[in-house]
Amino acid sequence: MKHLADNIKDSLIVGGVAFLLFGPFLGLQLTNGTSGNLGLATRPMLLAIAVGLSIVARFLLLLWQDHRTTRVPAVKLAAAVAKSGKYVAPALLIVTITLPLIPGIDNSYIDLGVLIMTYVMLGWGLNIVVGLAGLLDLGYVAFYAVGAYSFALLSHYFNFTFWECLPLCGILAAAWGIFLGFPVLRLRGDYLAIVTLAFGEIIRLVITNWVSLTGGPNGIYDIPHPTLFGLTFDMSGGPGTVSNFFHVDPDPSQRTTFLYYIILALALLTNWVTLRLRRQPLGRAWEALREDEIACRSLGINLRNTKLTAFAIGAMFGGFAGCFFATRQAFISPDSFTFIESATVLAIVVLGGAGSQLGVALAAVVMIGVPALLQDLQIYRMLIFGIALVTIMVVRPRGFISTRTPSVSLGKAKIISSDMISEGHG
Amino acid sequence: MGDTLLTVTELTMRFGGLTAVNALSFNAKRGDITAVIGPNGAGKTTVFNCITGFYKPTSGSIAIAHTPGASMLLNKLPGHAIAKKGRVARTFQNIRLFGGMTVLENLLVAQHNELQAATGFGVLAILGLGKYRAAEKAAIERAKYWLAATNLIDRADDPAASLPYGAQRRLEIARAMCTDPVLLCLDEPAAGLNPRESQALNDLLLKIRADGCSLLLIEHDMGVVMKISDHIIVLDHGKKIADGTPLEIRNDIAVISAYLGEGDDDDPDAPIAETLAAAE
Repeated sequence: MKHLADNIKDSLIVGGVAFLLFGPFLGLQLTNGTSGNLGLATRPMLLAIAVGLSIVARFLLLLWQDHRTTRVPAVKLAAAVAKSGKYVAPALLIVTITLPLIPGIDNSYIDLGVLIMTYVMLGWGLNIVVGLAGLLDLGYVAFYAVGAYSFALLSHYFNFTFWECLPLCGILAAAWGIFLGFPVLRLRGDYLAIVTLAFGEIIRLVITNWVSLTGGPNGIYDIPHPTLFGLTFDMSGGPGTVSNFFHVDPDPSQRTTFLYYIILALALLTNWVTLRLRRQPLGRAWEALREDEIACRSLGINLRNTKLTAFAIGAMFGGFAGCFFATRQAFISPDSFTFIESATVLAIVVLGGAGSQLGVALAAVVMIGVPALLQDLQIYRMLIFGIALVTIMVVRPRGFISTRTPSVSLGKAKIISSDMISEGHG
Repeated sequence: MGDTLLTVTELTMRFGGLTAVNALSFNAKRGDITAVIGPNGAGKTTVFNCITGFYKPTSGSIAIAHTPGASMLLNKLPGHAIAKKGRVARTFQNIRLFGGMTVLENLLVAQHNELQAATGFGVLAILGLGKYRAAEKAAIERAKYWLAATNLIDRADDPAASLPYGAQRRLEIARAMCTDPVLLCLDEPAAGLNPRESQALNDLLLKIRADGCSLLLIEHDMGVVMKISDHIIVLDHGKKIADGTPLEIRNDIAVISAYLGEGDDDDPDAPIAETLAAAE
């Protein structure tokens, strides 16, 4: 309790800041005046509650920080979290696989699962670029858009099906990744972040304005749904549909379940490829690049090619996810590919712990699942969400799982704590 | 004493108006330990950065002869190819390790090009096909060899950032050696080492030379330089002021005046000058 006086002082200062901040927003309210003109009312109680909460929250936070620095060694905690990952990951996988098979489960939950897994896949794709190679990409949505529009346009103009387009979308997105990467990757740090952000916007603006090709802001309709070996999920139940073939009643949940397993397979593919690559020269070169670019160069590693492969492979998975997004929605427009999508995916990666596959998956569940499940709380939804995010960043500033498992070891692999690991400079 | 390995001809490096290296020419022989010494700011590290491709020289050429008679111009190669094709490896004055990766991983990253070639563009190795497994095994064996040589084998699975300073220096040398160089450039390898570590470093450098790799070395520690170098080049203000065996350098008037100054009170390199004088 030696810091008690300091802590109280700090909390009161925070209270003062909160007063200044909340004063105009919460303390004052515009009302209808007596003769139709604007009147001004005060809300002292609300303001007092907000300021009081700020002071108490700050005080508790400081107490907790004291407790943490004195009691819990960060390394031990990190190791415990990483160790528990051994059991959490398979458990999570089993739950994910069996979720749609739970009898009587509401279709909306399966649909939410599809949405979450789309973001898990995007997070894993971006994790290659940000988490492994340490290149801050703020325009990841560009590749998502390329994938989605590739499929939409190919199906619209040439009647390609989902399964034909899926590999094409990945290839096209990877090609765009390389195309964008060439001029961009000589930049580092903040400059790289700004230019990737700009490229994300350029792609969206081109799609919006090239009306003759893409339909502009109106988007593209009637994108075909995926088929199961040629069988459609049509509600009519006629010949050539799944329900007719298997002699079951047509039900919208059949298609949702099918989509669910497609995105699950795609996400697991992303994860598998990433995990394999991490144990290979390429993956190790990415991580080495994140740690020290100059040392990499002195060891004969071609920086440009190594960065480009990270960009291209990350983009490829973004393209797959985009293709899936288009087929799931059956309608896409430029509104789906705004900067906020890039920011959400990046937040998932950072929150989960850059470089950690399990962390990213958990973060996607929290970032996408929680706001959707809190729908009933209406306006308090975003407040709770915001508080949760701030709490996580205070408690675990390097993300849920910030430790690193070595890709190769002579003896028993030891978990590397986050304070050794560099975050990359660009 | 073999034939010439490295030939630096009329090397000049200017940064704006400042001439860091001025028409420098010198040779380094195959199988030799060649030391580059000089007062602070003499341009030693600039020469190193030119040789290892981190700077493009303003003029002049740097050639390496992998086999007697053959010649490859290092200043024409792109930066990363100096290590790959030129087979020149280096360490840094301020240690640059991959801190969040284990000691073993550091050594495997150094063998990236050979390993990458065995992965079949990454595709075969992802599928678990091809000869990658064997290549990785060989790479680990080579890493183990250098870990044993640098006395780091017990720390193989620890993150590089957790090693003590002296061990990090040794690891950086081991990592450079894993690229299989013909010339190893060391930028102040003895800086910050205690006398015992310094002695171990001497033994390590002699072992590297015995293994068939030539060395080029920047060093302030005269104990290291005088004991192990076969040939010394002295720089001052970007120019070569002396070139010869340790014995010749010790008695060179120009070198002594460069270190001690000529009646100049301001002497930034007093400890070195004392060492040099004491060695006489």
